Parts: sequence; C-alpha cells; structure tokens
Amino acid sequence: MNRRRHRRLEPFRTIVLVVLGILFLVPIGAMVEFSTRGVGINSPRTLSSFTSIFSYPDLTGAIVASLELAAITSAAMLVLLLPTMVWVRLRVPRMVRVIEVLCLAPLTIPAIVLVVGLAPLYQWININLSDSILTLGFAYLILVLPYAYRSLDAGLSGVDVRTLSEAARSLGAGWATVVTRIIVPNMSSAVLNACLLSVAVVLGEFTIANLLNFENLQVAIATIGRANAGVSIAVAVASLLFVFVLLLALSFVPRPGSRRRRVRIGVL
Amino acid sequence: MTTLVSSAAEPAGPPFRGRLRVPSWVGVVPFFVYVAAFLILPTAIVVGGAFAGAHGPSLTNISALTQPYILDSFLHSVVLSAASAVIGAVVGAVLAYAVASGAPNGVIRRVVTSACGVLSQFGGVTLAFAFIATLGGAGFITLWLQEHGVNIYANGVWLYQLSGLILVYTYFQIPLMVIVFLPALDGIRPQWREATSNLGGTSWHYWRHIAGPLLLPAFLGCLLLLFANSFSAYATAAALINQGGIIVPLQISNALSSEVGLAQANLASSLALAMVVIVVVVTALYSWLQSRTARWVR
Repeated sequence: MNRRRHRRLEPFRTIVLVVLGILFLVPIGAMVEFSTRGVGINSPRTLSSFTSIFSYPDLTGAIVASLELAAITSAAMLVLLLPTMVWVRLRVPRMVRVIEVLCLAPLTIPAIVLVVGLAPLYQWININLSDSILTLGFAYLILVLPYAYRSLDAGLSGVDVRTLSEAARSLGAGWATVVTRIIVPNMSSAVLNACLLSVAVVLGEFTIANLLNFENLQVAIATIGRANAGVSIAVAVASLLFVFVLLLALSFVPRPGSRRRRVRIGVL
Repeated sequence: MTTLVSSAAEPAGPPFRGRLRVPSWVGVVPFFVYVAAFLILPTAIVVGGAFAGAHGPSLTNISALTQPYILDSFLHSVVLSAASAVIGAVVGAVLAYAVASGAPNGVIRRVVTSACGVLSQFGGVTLAFAFIATLGGAGFITLWLQEHGVNIYANGVWLYQLSGLILVYTYFQIPLMVIVFLPALDGIRPQWREATSNLGGTSWHYWRHIAGPLLLPAFLGCLLLLFANSFSAYATAAALINQGGIIVPLQISNALSSEVGLAQANLASSLALAMVVIVVVVTALYSWLQSRTARWVR
C-alpha cells in the first residue's frame, strides 16, 4: 500500500526537483556565461576573466588573506572551544548551559550590529596591536562559535568523555594528552565538521571586513566587480564551487553513532 | 589556552605528590575572557552608544529613529523580510518534502543538502553578482529576453530596488528553509500514515489531522527564523545597491562609514539596538515554537 503512494509521489518529486534545480542553476549558469564572455559582441568565449584573476594583486592578496583567516579561525576555534567544552563537562557541569548560551548568542546578534560595537574596539587594536587584516580572526572566531559549538557538542555527546579521560589519566596521561590524543581522535568527524563550517563562514564573510575597511575575498570581489564584473564573477564562481565541494565532501564523512545527525549547516 | 593547559595538568585525578588542586573555574577563564572582549564588550558598546548624549546619558539617538527616512528603512526591511520569508518558507518546505520523501542516504539528498548549505551560508556578495550576471543590464536572461522582444525593465530597473532584493533574498531563504525544516519532516514516521490508512483515513485526513498540526509549529518557527535571517542580512544588499539606505542594515553602514562624526556613530548604535530588539523577539518566538516541535522530533 505504500508502493501505491510512492508511485503518485514520484512525478511530484521529479517536478519539484527539476523546476527548483533549474531555477537555482540559472543564476549560476549565468555567472559562468557572463565570466566567459569575450570583449566584443560576437567575439568567441574566453577564459581570460579566470586567467586574469592573477593579474590583480589586490585580489590575490585578498584570496590569500581569506584563506589564512580561515585557517587561523579554525585553529583558534579548536584551541579555545574544545578544551573549554571538555573541561566544563568534567569539572563544572553546571556551566554547560552558560557556555551554550554564549556560543549561540552570535546568532541573535547580526554581524551588522556586532560590527558597530567592534569598530571602536578595532580602532584600538589597529593602533596598539597590529593593523594587519589577520586581526579580523578575533571577530571571526565569534562568528563561527554557534556552528562550531553545535558540531562539537554533537561529537562530544557521542563520546563518554568522563570514562575516557579518567582511564587515560589513571594511566598517567596529562591533560593535553587527554584532549589531543584521546578525545579528538574519538570525535574526529565532528572536529572536521566544525573546521569546515568555520572555513565556509570565514570565506563568505563580507559585512565585518567591509565596514572595518579590510579587504578580504568578498570585499575584493565586490570592489573589483564595480570596475570589471567579469573577473569578480569568475572569482565568485570559483569560490562557490570550492565551498560546495568542501560541504559535499563533508556529507560523505562517516558519522558514527547517530543516523539522524546529518550535516547541520543551518541555524537549528 | 596556555592558562588552560598548564593549570589543567593537575586536577581530576588523584593529587599526585601533594600538588595543589586547581579550582574548577580556572579552565573556563580563557573562554570567558575572550567572549567578554569580543562579544559582550561590543554589545555593551552598542547599547551604551544608543543611549549616549553629548553630556551624559540621553534619549536623543533613540528619538532620532523616528525620522521619516529611518522609519521608511524599517518599513522596507520588514516588508522585504516578510515577503522573502513567506516565499522562502513555502517553496523551501515543498523542496524539503521532495527531498525527505526520497532515499535518506541517496545522492539527490546529499547534493541538495550540500547545495543548500552553500547557498544559504555563502549567499552574500556571490549571490548579488549571480543576479547581476542573470538579470542585470547585460545579464544572460535580460539579453535573451530582449532578443525575443521582451524588455523586463520597461518600467525601470527593479533589480536594484526593494522588489529586486525580495527576489534575490528568496534565493538564500529557500535553501535555509530546506536545512532547518528537514529535521522536522524526518521526524514524521511512515507508521503514522500507515496507521491512518489502517483506520480508514485518506491522505486529506492524514495531512489535516496528523502531519499538518504536527508540522505547523515547526513551519511557523522556521518562518520566523527566515524573517530574522533576512532582516539581519547585509552583504547581498550592500553588493547590489551602491548608495542610499533603503533597508536598516544599509542605514547602519551609512551611519558608520560617513564622515560626519560622533553623532552618526551613536545613530548607528541606536539603529543596531533596534535591530537586535526585533531579532531577539523573533528568535525567542522561534525557540518557543521549536521547543514544541522538539517534543516529537528526536
């Protein structure tokens, strides 16, 4: 009896998936079309927009800066968040809830609001510490907290942290060893998940960089787009593909424990 | 971090060689210091700025929000967020249903959820350029339709106006809806439908009395989330619209980057505060509806 329902459902699924698939592919296809246009009206297709990416030093600088920021933010996220989460689970369970609320708070404080408060802070940082674009990492770590927290929390709840760490410590392991060699290997897919989500957030970030006058990948795309739309659309296509492949790879990482715990990119 | 590792080397286990047991709050200090500096302090600066006057606290910046051009931007933001949230929620729910009714580990599901992850998160500037390439003056669709005698911009270039923003925002709202609504759809068990048909119920009965009432709170919750999402979005609008401030986030960035000085920075703060208040109210409603859904979605 379920089969009959399925037969009725198949055309519906096909139509929905095809129609929406086309709707979503058109703008992406248009980007590819636009970025491969020649100069004249009837000139042949060309990849010059893609190859000339490297002739814009500002753009390559911004790409490198964004990749560095992605790496720094992911690393800092792991160093700050993971030990804290393990620690509260072992030593101060009543703080778990507080940490959760703080980590999820950036979801209710839009980046455009956060940047208003960050502006005076960054004025001070840029004068007293450094005016490098990499200082954006401080703000980005806050932006990735909700996504990283959810991911790590899901991973930690699948591991018996207390038993593992007590076993390790009774065998003489230090605290650092417990985290890096016992806990992390047992939740490697959650750690990877958290890192990749952080990378995706950082590579797509525009608001804070733009309003603090730093030129990261997205700001460079927007700036160059005003002069040469072809090149910036080429970069946009390339970065879109990059993140898509990243997240697709992520969906294939085996997730031990729960079938229900899928890639959670959303804000749920 | 350094504090954490060095101080944490001792606790939990037995007190080796009579070393001091580190108090348990020490381990959370780095995290709290960091969050205080880069999340709580900026928020405090926003709130403080909103109530700051030339001579001590004042309500000048708050009353500045009632200027007509600012009220207009709030109205535009609400219209934009509501329209894109409703379209996104309805279309996204249909797409999510199409995905959920397929194989749970199938290729279609993987591709759709990954693509939705990219499009909902990565939207921003990329999305603006995608639409410039599609519907802009020299866009793919614009030119193609022109060749066939249709001028979509006969009544003015609407892509860079509010109606254009609604269309563009829909493109990140639909994927977000798929991501947040899928778990609720996955929670619907096929056994419930089987039970309905065993008791002689039709498809209509099933949707009207079982799946519908169960999914409604989740749907409304996701709708609110989508509203908050587009209400706080900035990048797409900023990349699409170069000047003016038709929506609140653009007003904030104008106030923040204009050269006028202190008064404008405080206006940015009061605008930001008003935005947070709206987003927090909407998000609170969302979590309330979500907790109702959580009763049956595990």
